Amino acid sequence: MASMNPTAFLDLRHIRKEFGGFTALADINLEIGRGDFVCFLGPSGCGKTTLLRIIAGLEVQTRGQILQNGRDISLLPPALRDYGIVFQSYALFPNLSVADNVAYGLVNRKTPRAEIRQRVTELVKLVGLPGSENKFPGQLSGGQQQRIALARALATSPGLLLLDEPLSALDALERIRLRQEIRALQQKLGVTTIMVTHDQEEALSVADRIVVMNHGVIEQVGTPMEVYREPATPFVADFVGKVNVLPARRVDGELHVGSLRLPSEGADCDVRVYMRPEDVLARPIAPGDLHVFDACIDKIEFLGSFCHVHVASPALGAHKLTVYLSLNFLSEQSLQVGSTVTLKLLPERVKVF
Amino acid sequence: MTAALPRSLTTRAVRLKHHWVDRLAHVLIALIAILLVAFLASPLLAILLQALEGREGEFVWFDNFIAYAKTPALLDSLWNSVWVSCVVTLIVLPLSFTFAYALTRSCMPFKSLFRGITLIPLLAPSLLSAISLIYWFGNQGVLKGWMQGIGIDQIYGAPGIVLAECIAVFPHTLMILITALSLSDARLYEAADAMGTRAGRKFLTITLPGAKYGLISAALVTFTLVMTDFGIPKVIGGNFNVLATDVFKLVIGQQDFPKGAVVAILLLAPAVLTFGVDHYVSRRQTAMLTARAVPYAPKASPAYDLLMTLYCGVIAALVLAMLGMAVFASLASLWPYNLKPSLRHYELGLLDAEVGVAFFNSIKMAAGTALFGTFLVFTGAYLLEKTKGMDNVRGLVRLLAVLPMAVPGLVLGLGYIFFFNAPNNPLGGLYHTLTLLTICTIVHFYTTGHLTAVTALKALDSEFEAVSASLKVPFFKTFWRVTLPVCAPALIDMARYFFINAMTTISAVVFLYSPETKVASIAILNLDEAGEMGAAAAMAVLIALSSTVATLLFMLLAWWVNRRTQAWRTTTR
Repeated sequence: MASMNPTAFLDLRHIRKEFGGFTALADINLEIGRGDFVCFLGPSGCGKTTLLRIIAGLEVQTRGQILQNGRDISLLPPALRDYGIVFQSYALFPNLSVADNVAYGLVNRKTPRAEIRQRVTELVKLVGLPGSENKFPGQLSGGQQQRIALARALATSPGLLLLDEPLSALDALERIRLRQEIRALQQKLGVTTIMVTHDQEEALSVADRIVVMNHGVIEQVGTPMEVYREPATPFVADFVGKVNVLPARRVDGELHVGSLRLPSEGADCDVRVYMRPEDVLARPIAPGDLHVFDACIDKIEFLGSFCHVHVASPALGAHKLTVYLSLNFLSEQSLQVGSTVTLKLLPERVKVF
Repeated sequence: MTAALPRSLTTRAVRLKHHWVDRLAHVLIALIAILLVAFLASPLLAILLQALEGREGEFVWFDNFIAYAKTPALLDSLWNSVWVSCVVTLIVLPLSFTFAYALTRSCMPFKSLFRGITLIPLLAPSLLSAISLIYWFGNQGVLKGWMQGIGIDQIYGAPGIVLAECIAVFPHTLMILITALSLSDARLYEAADAMGTRAGRKFLTITLPGAKYGLISAALVTFTLVMTDFGIPKVIGGNFNVLATDVFKLVIGQQDFPKGAVVAILLLAPAVLTFGVDHYVSRRQTAMLTARAVPYAPKASPAYDLLMTLYCGVIAALVLAMLGMAVFASLASLWPYNLKPSLRHYELGLLDAEVGVAFFNSIKMAAGTALFGTFLVFTGAYLLEKTKGMDNVRGLVRLLAVLPMAVPGLVLGLGYIFFFNAPNNPLGGLYHTLTLLTICTIVHFYTTGHLTAVTALKALDSEFEAVSASLKVPFFKTFWRVTLPVCAPALIDMARYFFINAMTTISAVVFLYSPETKVASIAILNLDEAGEMGAAAAMAVLIALSSTVATLLFMLLAWWVNRRTQAWRTTTR
């Protein structure tokens, strides 16, 4: 893994976590740069939340070292570390007003009362809920509660913001709105942020860097584009975005995918070919283009402006393919189930594992 | 899978440094562990040791048990205890099930009234029902003729015990069954209706299986309560001996501690069994009902509702007759010759027999139990649920917190004698003091309070403490500002439970009082022994009355506290 930032703000070295005989985290090495927005992405049980809780000191690593801002925090209890945290459940104190919740960490620091009030007003405004100071959390919607939880976590100006699936309790629309707000806020404040999520779309849309995890190991670290376009492992290709997987055989620098031939380097062997639905094009196809084949439409899954179109082709043998076609294209060509469509593969986008 | 790793990397597990705040939590939890060991585990161990020792303190293996088995009179008591407990269980279970069914599955009117009336016996010592029975069916009883008409010669003995226990345990059973029957999923009934299932089949295939665990639990609780009750057999048992009265006679009368300990262990056995089964059963019960279940809403059905109303009316009338008779008799000048109302018995009891002092002791003890018990139990539950570290001590506290449920009061009291009366116990100074009575009562009722506290605490977001730590706020501040206010209703519930039980308890404290620290419920027993039935009734009524007043005061407190701390619950978006 290449370190993008020579002076890492957070440096995880050989983090291992075992629960009884179960290894939750195998050997995690990760550097996070100052001001980065990093997403831990993976299916449930992959260890992403455990890793976040170890960074927070809520869980103790079995082995390994954590450096934050050059300081070894591996053995420090949570109270002596420097971070703010937001949980999926909001964890707002139900019997305290919004203002008291936001001020909770400030009061303990012997900050003058007027200053606290000013800071609370500022923070509540920052998260877009001015005037809600005297309400109880129960009077707010889920999204609003999560904004207040965010304000509370930011109140003490921590160097690190930890978000543990902050959006997964919200409905779809609110989720999209709040994730953009969180991203904007993070960029405005420049606070180093780690967000745990199992939603790949969420990670792709907000993160500077994504850490894809599975079974307690890091599969890939990279920008959203790298993770999507250059998946390092079959798991990443499969977990981030949709992908078609076809068996193939490499013979003399050529991939045999059904009756199609794609250029490929490497020794002769059986491989699997991964290609994104959007990398199978229906247009533009010029006469004489390579890797073109005819396919028959099997099923059309209508999703609005785009459709997932399942196709079968003699060129691919028994294997079916999913491609994205726009609704306009389908109607222009008056394509329906049973129609034949001409498709083209982009060999440079194909990943072989 | 770790075998493949280099040895050097696996040997030392990482441990966080402790913040002083965490250390404080550790000290507190250790303190609670010490208290529970001193006042629960040690007395129980003392019983076990006592049972294995001879009169001179020599170790005799199981000689005491063998000697017990060779005493026919004592074996008779064992048999008596068992069959009486079985009979009471068989009578009470169907009666209270029907009652609970009426309350939860019918549209009859006056539900809360019926429920309230049948719960009244909880406010008085259980022997109140025995005293009432004596007035109804005793030697000078109003309905003695009727009773003899149906072939029962006299109420003293098994018939009296069975009847009185039925009334005393009815509310306990009822509460369990109401809970069991409330946990129902209307969708099952709708599905059955959609398939055209008849009522009888629905009852057998949905209702009964759903309440199965509640029924088992209620049966076990009834059996144990009757088996270990002391007050009722003492008052109305006559020459009919049971285990509970045996313990008392052996220990207080004959000072035969080893045999007393053997009987105590016999009493402990069904209680421990009950506890084990109940624990297992309650786990199954919660697993059955998903969060998505739709609560059952009964539909009106005039004939059925009327039938249920009549049934509940009869039961409520019986309970009222029982209570009413005690009140009436306590006010009668000279039963059965002069029934003119007077406060003679109250005067006699409070002033001449110096129950006034005992009554004051009771109030002191109940207040102490409510205050310190609630404080101790809630603190313990909080530390268990919301702090980390000291896993071994934590496990011990967790175990000891639920253990009292399995220990009958009589057994606990006996353990206290053995342990605190031992000549070289540094805590021996506590023996006979009101402090020890209070501690004993707190321990006796610890588990119910603990479970209430745990339920309330579990309802709180588990991340409050994590959030506090990230904001550098020590846990005790969050405890004070958030946990305590949010749990205030549960705290008041616990305090009320402790208070009422301290007022009415007999079994544990009967071994521990001295003339100066006698409490009111014990004084009733003494009055009864002295033949002052009227005064005994008067004092029992007085206890019930003060429990009622206390309940009302607690309700008032709850209302006030709710207004102050629960404002956030009522507000809507």
